[in-house]
Amino acid sequence: MLDVRGVVKSFGGFLAVGGVSFTVAPGSIGAIIGPNGAGKTTLFNLITGHLRPDAGQVMFKGRDVTGIAPHDLCRLGMGRSFQRTNIFPRLTVFENVQAAYVSHRGRGWNLFHPVARLYQEETEAILRAVGLLDHAREESGFLSHGGQKQLELGIALALEPEILLLDEPTAGMSASETRESIALIERLARERRLTLLFTEHDMEVVFSISQRITVLHQGKVIADGPPAEVRRDPEVRRVYLGEKHA
Amino acid sequence: MRRVPWGLLIVIAAFFVPSLGSRFYTFLANDVAIWALFATSLNLLVGYTGLVSFGHAAYFGIGAYTTGILMKKLGVPFLLAFPAAGLVAGLFAVFFGFFCVRLTRIYFAMLTLAFAQIVWAICFKWNELTGGEQGMPEIPYPDFGWVEKAAAVLPFLGGYRTSEYFYFTCLILIAVALWVLRRIVASPFGRMLTTIRENPERAEFIGVNVRRYELAAFTLAGLFAGLAGGLFGIFNRGVFPDFAYWTKSSEVLIMTLLGGMGTFVGPSVGALVLIWLNQQIVSYTEYWPLVLGTILVLLLFVFPGGLAGAAQSLVRAMQRKRGPARA
Repeated sequence: MLDVRGVVKSFGGFLAVGGVSFTVAPGSIGAIIGPNGAGKTTLFNLITGHLRPDAGQVMFKGRDVTGIAPHDLCRLGMGRSFQRTNIFPRLTVFENVQAAYVSHRGRGWNLFHPVARLYQEETEAILRAVGLLDHAREESGFLSHGGQKQLELGIALALEPEILLLDEPTAGMSASETRESIALIERLARERRLTLLFTEHDMEVVFSISQRITVLHQGKVIADGPPAEVRRDPEVRRVYLGEKHA
Repeated sequence: MRRVPWGLLIVIAAFFVPSLGSRFYTFLANDVAIWALFATSLNLLVGYTGLVSFGHAAYFGIGAYTTGILMKKLGVPFLLAFPAAGLVAGLFAVFFGFFCVRLTRIYFAMLTLAFAQIVWAICFKWNELTGGEQGMPEIPYPDFGWVEKAAAVLPFLGGYRTSEYFYFTCLILIAVALWVLRRIVASPFGRMLTTIRENPERAEFIGVNVRRYELAAFTLAGLFAGLAGGLFGIFNRGVFPDFAYWTKSSEVLIMTLLGGMGTFVGPSVGALVLIWLNQQIVSYTEYWPLVLGTILVLLLFVFPGGLAGAAQSLVRAMQRKRGPARA
């Protein structure tokens, strides 16, 4: 599904991502972990076209998508959510998800049809799935932090992606919120047969749901494999797990 | 329950202004109507797309010169010269906008201003085409001879001055233009523009080609500003370079902010209030800019959503108060 081949990105003299390669199989759940500053978000931005890699390739569904614009990638079936919550704050919850439908289904250039009830059923189905239907008419900027994260997930789902990249989906959540939202993400991925790739700092979450873990350290991959294998890896224990599980 | 068609009622009411008997009121109402269209066109950029243009007068000026040159120098009838104003202004907006949307925020604003100053300078210097500094006085009114003939059959049409016929023409054309703009902002396209205003980065990742939408909004805004300019040249009995000058751009921006960029009617309210205040205050004092400045300061601190925004929150607050009592 996704094949990242030796991507490199440096900012000024700082090498943020130094030749990272990994793959994500269709229908799988993959995770990228690593300490702060390991290059996780930069790597995400390289995959999703927000940044252009200095070298290397990103293959998506067998096609070279290196450096193509985010809006084109989005049409090809790649969805993403952001680490810092990223919604349309002065639109209602309903409008946020509806806008994603309008754009994705190519209706954005229609200047005359009233938008108000467009894709109402689909939008409400998504809001129900992420548990926000009761808040549909509220201005989304007033949702709680957890609510905004759920909404972001809803926006991403409305784009009917084949792969969904989630950048720290539980950032800033309490332990119980984290459990709920991970359960939600896992259920939605299963129901919609999504391929997932996410970054996460909460180790419990990572080891509980992912099938494959890629560990980044200072912009390089130091381990890549199923959770059990990664957990045993001495290098990973030293640079990363060691910090917390010492 | 159907909503009250306020817009339609206001347009109908405006048709009775000349019957009040004062030429001055008709003049003011005509002025307000044209500026309302101009300000609403700007609001498509500022309020809906989140792009602040400091050079919107360029398209107003281009529209005014287009209609003026066509009607005065080439004798083209109004029926063609009016849409031409929108077309030519729209074409210029595509061209200038192509460069502007490549920049963001303050750089975008500065480039719109730069293009507007170029337009102004050309209008100011190109004597053969635009009349240069002296402008182009005595733009003819559209031909209303057919109305006089029609009045033989429909007597209620007759008995108005040419300037009043022109006022009615403006009302109809502006009402249609505003209705079209209203449809646009309530369309899927309009929703895409609001996502760009709210969060361009996220908009890209719901598949919106941000630059292309911004260019489309810029073009439409220029087109409607051009139409307003086309009417204004005739209304003003002449077209002058200062139509495209930066002070006009700031005036229309102030109207938009004063009325409230968060609502569709805001800019029209702004046009009404600003023109009315100007008329009232210049009869008391010559320090109109001082009063205007004070109003703006108050506005920014007390009603950041503009007059229409303030009215809207007031209505909402009242509904909230009433809500629980009803339940």
